[in-house]
Amino acid sequence: MEPRPRSFYALAVFFALFLLFLYGPTITIGILSFQGPRGGLTFPMNGVSLYWFYDLFEEQPVGDIWGAFRRSLALGLLVMVVTVVLSVMAGLAFRRHFAGATFLFYLVIASLIIPSILVSLGVGLIFNIIDWEVHWSTSGFGSQLTWTLPFGLLIMFAVFNRFDKSYEEAARDLGASPWQTVRHVVLPIIAPSLIGVALFGFTLSYDEFARTLLTAGSYNTLPLEIFGMTTNVTSPVLYALGTMTTMFSFIIVGTFLGLGYFMRRRRSKLGSDAGKGMV
Amino acid sequence: MASNLPDKSAVRASWLLVSPLALILTFFLVLPIATIVVVSFWNTNAFTFFPDFIFDNYAYLLTSKVTLATYQKTLKFVVLTWVFTVTIGFAVAYFLAFHVRSLSMQIALFLACTIPFWTSNIIRMISWIPFLGRNGLANSTLIEMGVIDTPVEWLLFSDFAVVLAFVHLYALFMVVPIFNTMMRIDKSLIEAARDAGANGFQILVNVIVPLAKPGIMIGSIFVVTLVMGDFITVRFMSGGQSASVGRVISNEIALLQYPAAAASAVVLLITVLIMIAIMMRFVDIRKEL
Repeated sequence: MEPRPRSFYALAVFFALFLLFLYGPTITIGILSFQGPRGGLTFPMNGVSLYWFYDLFEEQPVGDIWGAFRRSLALGLLVMVVTVVLSVMAGLAFRRHFAGATFLFYLVIASLIIPSILVSLGVGLIFNIIDWEVHWSTSGFGSQLTWTLPFGLLIMFAVFNRFDKSYEEAARDLGASPWQTVRHVVLPIIAPSLIGVALFGFTLSYDEFARTLLTAGSYNTLPLEIFGMTTNVTSPVLYALGTMTTMFSFIIVGTFLGLGYFMRRRRSKLGSDAGKGMV
Repeated sequence: MASNLPDKSAVRASWLLVSPLALILTFFLVLPIATIVVVSFWNTNAFTFFPDFIFDNYAYLLTSKVTLATYQKTLKFVVLTWVFTVTIGFAVAYFLAFHVRSLSMQIALFLACTIPFWTSNIIRMISWIPFLGRNGLANSTLIEMGVIDTPVEWLLFSDFAVVLAFVHLYALFMVVPIFNTMMRIDKSLIEAARDAGANGFQILVNVIVPLAKPGIMIGSIFVVTLVMGDFITVRFMSGGQSASVGRVISNEIALLQYPAAAASAVVLLITVLIMIAIMMRFVDIRKEL
């Protein structure tokens, strides 16, 4: 190997600083959430305790953290399932040209880059005009899908652009029907990528704020609840909540990534019997 | 599915497969935007808003000095955030794509950059408090080092904090597309440039930057639109002191001034679309997937 150029070391330092910039604040509130009972929002630490974590489980003067968490969890799972299913369906459809494909593609891009507050306002207005109650599971759900579906579909585009069509041709030559080809050939091949779509679907919904703001109704999701707390809670309980939800996100991300890694490994081990003399 | 020839049943299958997506986008994107446009011409009284066809909302908006000032402020946030994110994004992507030699290390470091994206933005904003606060880490470190005598007040709840948070939240939207395009640059092009006598800087400017341009543009579209429409980062990080276009809309909504909010939203949408149209001239998004 040729020796490292000087720019390598400069950029390596820069990269390390970037990671510190990304994670530093999160780690700081992680540490501060272990403040003693009389601790404040900044250093120094006033003792070390789990006081603020216990406090999370007590009745809060305002709001309903655990109700919000349950709603966010349910909504996240719902959005995840719908995002995965609809992204795969649309991904399959977009492999062939159909009338309106280009228009729909630009609509998906528009959904991604339109300022979120417009979706929130527009959906809120519609429900207001037709006199329906906004609720996280109806208007909130739909608004979040306008954010997660574009991500899901773009991932599917990337997946199908790299998809080797000869597998499908082989299946067809062996007499598989279109549905059998999808079910037994295409879906198993793209399965690890679906983990990625699911991860986006769940986490983007679980953390969504702007599109849910005017569409969640009287029952808050967790991000809305946390934002509400920032205006009237000034104790480290805010940090404890932040640390808990961040840990929860890390666990979700870790689980999904681990699952994807496991599926890929299992495939490379079991996927091919080439050269093993199995006829 | 039987062939690539246009086949009626295959096209019908495609339509069936995209119809749920199309329906959701119709009901939760197209109709809401159409509603906003319609309501922006409606009238309002002390109690409610009602159908009408007046231009007052726009007239008020477009002649108000506040509007111009708000747009200037928002554009300032956009430009500053863009400069920092594009610099950081390019440097980080360059390091990952050209300096990290093993693929598994590249993947690991890339994931380290992306994981914060999957956590809550609100929490990530809150987590700047212990750093930037009056008695925060930044101030106490600076005092200890003797750089300043009394705590600096403009760290938290200021424009500085707003831009810092934007860069913190959105740098990733630059890193990912730039890294993606850089990974597809044929390494032999760089060798060829070197063999032809180009130095490192010339290679960077004449080979890598032009080839990474689509990634830079996609990242820029993300960052610009996210900052243009933001209302929550500006509100939280400026402590409610700074204005932005998104905040004006959210304030009008809070005051139940829906027609006024709708008019502001339409103007914001047109502005954002013009900005995207300019940036799209440099890239074909479909080719980049």
